[in-house]
Amino acid sequence: MQKPSTRTYSANRIWFGYLLSSIFLFVAFCLAITLGSVQVPLKEMLQIFWGTLFGTHGETNEMMKTIVIDIRFPRVVLAALVGASLAIAGASFQGLLKNPLADPYTLGVSSGASVGAVMTIFLGFTIPGLGNFTLPVVSILAALLTLIAVLGFARFVERSMKMETIILTGIIFSSFLGSILSLMIALTGEELRQIISWLLGSVSMRGWEYIRLIAPFFILGSFLLMWNARELNAMAFGEERAHHLGVNVQVRKYFVLASGSMLTGAAVAVSGTIGFVGLVVPHMVRMAWGADHRHVLPLSVLNGASLLILCDLVARTIVAPTELPIGVITALLGAPVFGLILIRQRRERRG
Amino acid sequence: MLNVKEVSGGYGEHNVVHDVSFQLQQQEILGILGPNGSGKTTLMKMISGLHPLSGGAISFKGRPLSDYSSKQLAKEMAVLPQLHSHAFDYTVRETVSMGRYPHQKGMFALWTEKDEKAVVEAMVQTGVLSFEHQSIQELSGGERQRVFLAQALAQEPKLLLLDEPTNHLDLSYQKQLLDLLKDWTTTHQLTVISIFHDLNVASLYCDRLLLLHEGKTVGLSSPGDVLKKDIVERVYQARVHTQAHPELPKPQITLLPNHGRHKQDLIRKEQFHVSAAHVHFTAEQPLKSLSSAVIGAGLGWHRHFVNRHVPMDYSCDDSYRDMCDYADQHGWNSSDTVGMMTAVMVEDVVIREYHDDDLSIVIAVTAGVGNAVDVSLAHKRKQKEAIGTINSWVFINGKLSDEAFIQAMMTATEAKVKALQHAKVKDPITDTLATGTSTDSLLVASTQSGPFVQYSGTVTALGKLIGRGIFECTASAIESYWHRKKSQ
Repeated sequence: MQKPSTRTYSANRIWFGYLLSSIFLFVAFCLAITLGSVQVPLKEMLQIFWGTLFGTHGETNEMMKTIVIDIRFPRVVLAALVGASLAIAGASFQGLLKNPLADPYTLGVSSGASVGAVMTIFLGFTIPGLGNFTLPVVSILAALLTLIAVLGFARFVERSMKMETIILTGIIFSSFLGSILSLMIALTGEELRQIISWLLGSVSMRGWEYIRLIAPFFILGSFLLMWNARELNAMAFGEERAHHLGVNVQVRKYFVLASGSMLTGAAVAVSGTIGFVGLVVPHMVRMAWGADHRHVLPLSVLNGASLLILCDLVARTIVAPTELPIGVITALLGAPVFGLILIRQRRERRG
Repeated sequence: MLNVKEVSGGYGEHNVVHDVSFQLQQQEILGILGPNGSGKTTLMKMISGLHPLSGGAISFKGRPLSDYSSKQLAKEMAVLPQLHSHAFDYTVRETVSMGRYPHQKGMFALWTEKDEKAVVEAMVQTGVLSFEHQSIQELSGGERQRVFLAQALAQEPKLLLLDEPTNHLDLSYQKQLLDLLKDWTTTHQLTVISIFHDLNVASLYCDRLLLLHEGKTVGLSSPGDVLKKDIVERVYQARVHTQAHPELPKPQITLLPNHGRHKQDLIRKEQFHVSAAHVHFTAEQPLKSLSSAVIGAGLGWHRHFVNRHVPMDYSCDDSYRDMCDYADQHGWNSSDTVGMMTAVMVEDVVIREYHDDDLSIVIAVTAGVGNAVDVSLAHKRKQKEAIGTINSWVFINGKLSDEAFIQAMMTATEAKVKALQHAKVKDPITDTLATGTSTDSLLVASTQSGPFVQYSGTVTALGKLIGRGIFECTASAIESYWHRKKSQ
């Protein structure tokens, strides 16, 4: 006895979700390219892209072309990649830890990656053979180490690893790593303002070089996570349950942890710590289109990208000509959502 | 199919399970029982491959358990845990569909017709199809338990491991779930191992029971062999009583609580009320009674006892209902009442008390011998039953065993026959000595406090009291009956 109508309905709803998210991304992209201190008309923007793509030199304004192609376009792409990376990393951490409050920021992974990044940037060392990739690789390793330490500590505190225990552990590690950062900064004697603005996150003036740094890790990490989407579904019911459903929990868990850390580390390396994207986006996606990770992960990628593009747009336009750190905007958005999720979880448990 | 051989295991140095062995038969339901901390769950985790063994070996279908990958094992074996955690709003269908994980192949894991069929069948069988699109967070504990059972069944396992499956379920779903599993053992060649807390449920549904105590096997056999009074009392440290299930040849365990019943006052003949309508006695505390009355028959506990007069031409389609109404009208809770009927004038009841040391009984008899029967020749007559005419009550101030109750009935019956012979009551049809009337009724009730009576055959202390008492009272009642007949 099947009900084809409802089944098609829910399948349609998912495809509608993809369509809507793609449109949202496109709109965010257009807005971010066209708006700013210099307004670029939509038609002009399309002409510039057309021209650059096919090498035809139409009647495009050279200044606008520079703004679009050299300044705004890489910035928007970087914002999109960072947002997408953080969102999918958040979604996978949540599934793995069956904890809707987990995200790279609340777990302290972002702080860990920052320590790695700051070390690389301000001590200015390179690992032989890696060149520019020293920065993301060190960040990723720091992120992974932090994650393992946080989870190990949480398990040590309480074997069942309750939601609150993990988050509290994340906060402890965040503060600790934050202090190490401050210490390092103080010792290097660099100009404080610049570092702090980097810590609060920014995607400005990074250029294509940074996109090249994050892109391979984004592609690899997202691919690995989506490959493990069904396993994440099973693990959202607990590791024992996943084992009984036939998931090779130990191996899959490390895949997910490593991929999540890779995405977080790479994102932090190019943009600093941008909080709450990994919390807000998957939460919204789940509310709108259900909890199935096979869809939550790709939809989080699309919407994470859009959200960070828009946040960046707001950050650079709201008090123009001054630019706000993008982390300020995401935190303004994310902290209340964090509170809301906590309230919801509590209510449900009291039931 | 599953061979557990001298398995030990636990946490750290400390072994929780010691040397447990059993061989699982195809399609059986094996129940694992034991007090808290007896190693049930640990053993289960070792069988499901979740917990390492520190000794012994487990093999499944002839291959060691460790040879199987998680996925291979999940195709053969499904587990329904005791507690479920769930952090996200999965729908019921999504949750059940995850049971197909071990059967799906390749990166894209295409959803086949077979997957769909297994999922729908599991949802239908567990009755969760009607809310397949609801979130599992919105469900009650019992509904959720059924969803996870559906998930396990969607795995199409050959072996199903359950940890207290009926935990959150009310009585009707407990029965449904266990009936379903029993059914699947035949229809789907399913074999089941389940942990139970409830010994009686385990006894009813399991083919064999494994009783664990401090990690060691105490018994591994049929429910009848494992659930013996002395074994259960030793393992669970609780006073229990075992008895047969009314429909199945399975033992049922009843707890015997420590709080005793209040001391019972002695039953005296002065406590009986006699009127033209009925003879009636209400006990302070319920009495354990065995009777062939109209209501409250069989073995049970009752407080009110009534022998009601009905006219000669009384006819009622539902005398049971009528008797219940009668009791309720008089303020006696009908489920607490033993009620008999007679056409005899109940004012002629003979009530007497008999004593022997601290043992005492009260006997009440109403008799009419209008339709006396010789039981040895009763096969010759074709007559409808009439209303009972010799109604005998025996109240005993003592504590009787089950066998004493039955012997009391026998002794009372023999004494009644003797009284009829003594009065030379004849069967009017065969003209031979009668042994009773066609619908005599007998009640034996005891306070179950005071002196303990193991047997009540004819030469025991109680048997002697009953024999003499019933004989005298019946003889006297017959005399009154004849006297009234003559005077009419």
